[in-house]
Amino acid sequence: MSQQILEGLAAIVNEVAGVPVADVQLDKSFIDDLDIDSLSMVEVVIAAEDKWGVKIPDSEVKNLKTVGDAVTFISANS
Amino acid sequence: MTRQVVITGLGMTTPVGGDVESTWRAILAGTPGIRLIDDPWPEDQPSKIAGIMAVDPATCLPSHEARKLDRSQQAALVAAREAWADAGTPEIDPDRLGAVVATGMGGLISLINAYDLLLERGASRISPHMVTMIMPNGSAAHVGLEIGARAGVHTPVSACASGAEAVSYAARMIQEGRADVVVAGGTEAVIHPVTMAGFAAMRALSTRNADPAAASRPYDIDRDGFVMGEGAGIMVLESAEFAAARGAKIYGVYGGSGLTSDGHHIAQPDPEGRGATRAITEALQDAGLSTSDIVHINAHATSTPQGDIAESAAIKAALGSHTDKVAVTGTKSMTGHLLGGAGAVESIFTVLALRDRLVPPTANLHNLDPEIHLDIVAGAPRPLPAGDIAALNNSFGFGGHDVALIFRSA
Repeated sequence: MSQQILEGLAAIVNEVAGVPVADVQLDKSFIDDLDIDSLSMVEVVIAAEDKWGVKIPDSEVKNLKTVGDAVTFISANS
Repeated sequence: MTRQVVITGLGMTTPVGGDVESTWRAILAGTPGIRLIDDPWPEDQPSKIAGIMAVDPATCLPSHEARKLDRSQQAALVAAREAWADAGTPEIDPDRLGAVVATGMGGLISLINAYDLLLERGASRISPHMVTMIMPNGSAAHVGLEIGARAGVHTPVSACASGAEAVSYAARMIQEGRADVVVAGGTEAVIHPVTMAGFAAMRALSTRNADPAAASRPYDIDRDGFVMGEGAGIMVLESAEFAAARGAKIYGVYGGSGLTSDGHHIAQPDPEGRGATRAITEALQDAGLSTSDIVHINAHATSTPQGDIAESAAIKAALGSHTDKVAVTGTKSMTGHLLGGAGAVESIFTVLALRDRLVPPTANLHNLDPEIHLDIVAGAPRPLPAGDIAALNNSFGFGGHDVALIFRSA
């Protein structure tokens, strides 16, 4: 499950920000490692919500610092 | 003494070509880029023809970049990258580098698409990039970011005169010492049933849907309105000293500009073209030239019945008896009307005509309107004389904006 979410998230990050899929790893920080700015992060959230039918509130988005944080949140809530 | 400004890089994407070389080749060959829009538009749409960009600008950009940009911004960025590379990617202090990119209507289509999405899926699905996609200064800002411009990023908005006003603004930034290099031009991409219905409601558009290639026919007695086009033109303007110091190739010299307003009507041209006459006269004064120096005019010539006659009268009033010795062309006969992009694209055509000493023909001119008193180039390109020559580019916009630009041979 987690592996599928990671792959799905990598595809979203690639589409939104052009980051190579292979660079999107669990320990990578969206801001510091993947250069995702706050606007692009909103796009990632919208796409993830659509893909997995989860709701990711703004209050939660700030806690999703790494790709792993996002994978954990999505698997726990979808 | 005013600093001299030269043109060192060109870029464009138009209905007849995806870059400068392919566009200029098509323009010299007199090839119209107007076609029938094959989308399922409302049946009562009066005008279903347009000059759609020959190369979709989104295909020239990485998809993650294209998705954050309105189509007009994509076109501006594609043209700016071509122009910047063509200028040899100048090394310059960012504080001395500017960007001026005009548009008539900005990211209108992105707004319409966002509204459709809002109704269909709700507010939470609106892109975080929507605001920067629709703001009129978006193209200038993106081009400025691309090159790292810090001397100033500006967006003149004067409808169909916007692109020409951008070139004038950029040149003056250099003349006034605010910048050494400015990337300048205009862009537009608003071909959509709503915008077309609006222009059609003004009775401004050609409805020659059965024969798209013949629809844009400036000066011809059978013209029935302009044809919408889309695309962008960008030039790199540079102080002559800076260009010389880095050994840049020079396409031409910026001569001067005149900017006036009609004070007549929101959308109708002054029948006598008085604002346009003053713009041309002021441009000549600004350039320090006399009427006899002008050998060529790339006219505004949109193919509307009234507009072409008013411009003809304005040129005659400004140039007097010298008018008969000037080779006039209307390249909108091939590109359609690029609105905020038009003045920039046609400035590039003017500079290339001076460089190649060749005036492109006006397409579709078969029967000259007897009220047009100009020497129109048609059928084939016409050679220009050797030596120092100068040319004029006119642009006028709804709102009564009149902009005349003068360029000189290198």
